[in-house]
Amino acid sequence: MSLWESISRTGPDAQRSLSTSGATVRLADFACASALEGRLEALHGRSVLISTSDQLAAALALIELDGIARRLVLCPPDLDPKHLPYVVATAEIDAIVTDRADSVPDLAVEAVVSIARQLHTVDVDRSPQHATEWILFTSGTTGVPKMVVHTLATLTAAIKPSGTLAGPLVWATFYDTRRYGGLQILLRALLGGGSLVLSSPGESVASFLERARDNGVTHITGTPSHWRRALMGSAASSISPVYARLSGEIADQGVIENLQDMYPQAKVAHAFASTEAGVAFEVTDGKAGFPASFLGVNESGVDLKVVDDTLRIRSPRTALHYLGRNDESLLDANGFVDTGDVVEARGDRLYFVGRRGGIINVGGLKIHPEEVEAVINRHPSVRMSLVTGRKNPIMGTIVAAEVVLTSGDGALDPGVVETTKSEILAACRSSLAAHKVPASIRFTSSLAVTASGKLGRRNA
Amino acid sequence: MSTNIRSTIVSQFEQVAAEQHHKLAPLTDERPLMESGLDSLAFAIVVARLEDSLGIDPFTASEDAQFPVTFGDFVKMYETIYESAA
Repeated sequence: MSLWESISRTGPDAQRSLSTSGATVRLADFACASALEGRLEALHGRSVLISTSDQLAAALALIELDGIARRLVLCPPDLDPKHLPYVVATAEIDAIVTDRADSVPDLAVEAVVSIARQLHTVDVDRSPQHATEWILFTSGTTGVPKMVVHTLATLTAAIKPSGTLAGPLVWATFYDTRRYGGLQILLRALLGGGSLVLSSPGESVASFLERARDNGVTHITGTPSHWRRALMGSAASSISPVYARLSGEIADQGVIENLQDMYPQAKVAHAFASTEAGVAFEVTDGKAGFPASFLGVNESGVDLKVVDDTLRIRSPRTALHYLGRNDESLLDANGFVDTGDVVEARGDRLYFVGRRGGIINVGGLKIHPEEVEAVINRHPSVRMSLVTGRKNPIMGTIVAAEVVLTSGDGALDPGVVETTKSEILAACRSSLAAHKVPASIRFTSSLAVTASGKLGRRNA
Repeated sequence: MSTNIRSTIVSQFEQVAAEQHHKLAPLTDERPLMESGLDSLAFAIVVARLEDSLGIDPFTASEDAQFPVTFGDFVKMYETIYESAA
């Protein structure tokens, strides 16, 4: 069944929509209208690059083209144009759908089709003819982009019917729907009978949240970094969702509790997912980490195990393989994805401690920056922190921390700064080994967050 | 100027020793660094903090720097680099 057929089955009443700043598209209108200026026919059976400046346009293209195109390649907003020739060759792209028809890069493709942010009435045949491959880019990689192959089935396997709500179901997400995390939310809205509020390029967190409020948002998702930024302003208090979710980075106890305090009426959940492994699980008990009982196979067919301290996942939701990387296998011989995320058992729970490869080495002792950040972030005055290795002539490397306070900008009373610094260090010393305690703490007004919503790590 | 460097260094030794719960020996010029009461991690932290407060790291600034043996050598190393940078 194609995406459009699935949407139709959920009953697209007149209220359901996808919206962004300045544009709203009603799902019901797809029955007799199109955003492709009557050129849907030209894309039958093609390998299509969806390259748009606006994520609403990309979402419309996905609804239009699943079941029609042979392959959909969803370009993330930050893809360096210099990699386009590689992408076109590797994914055998022969058509581009774009909302920037005036600035299409010079690529050898047969068709360039414009997509609008609105639908025009037209006779349209949406009967599916292909089992379309969905190609997504992995997040957090630099250099040559890594593409993974999904299908609508792998992408939607984690989506369960949403519970009954008193009013309309309205999703909003800080993620970009052109990456795995955001695409999950788009598909949840489309297949779960809801609407979705999307952010616009360059839009502030405050104005996005205002639009979400005006649209009656009930479900909202983002990374811990997105949420820490949102919680810094007053805008977060303007919405009152029934469900707020964190994923894409380690959700530490601090951010989970801050979010629950902001939305006492909401179910606050954190989830584990990656582009390769798909959605693995959701944790709803308000605690960081996940119960050890999640290991093994669950009723959804998701199989989790820990090998060499990293989480491995086998499930119907994993991607099938990498595209154009014959030497690199996405799945091991038994069908497991190695997530590269290091976990540590404490009692009957497992905690994410960081990325394999993201380790700071202090005189031969290994430290995951995330475990230090989690301690720093528990201080009530801290909004977010970044722990890095700092070169040191004595130990090779020592731990350094940059910290953003809840009070925001750097206009801080020097006395308060010193007190806060001492308190953070005392907290670190009471729960971390000496070599993990930051040797230096610097307060800053902001930390870089990547396009995929994750804290920018220089070694990532 | 040089008394400033010395007092900055002494106060960093004292602060880091207190943070790390090390007992600091009296910091005379003849005191071998190995017997100052700081372990290598604490010593690394002192060097990092001095770089932050004084803007210099004599260990990295000069490739052929002799590793200081006594506390007096250590202070002299900072004073020399600090004056040449000023």
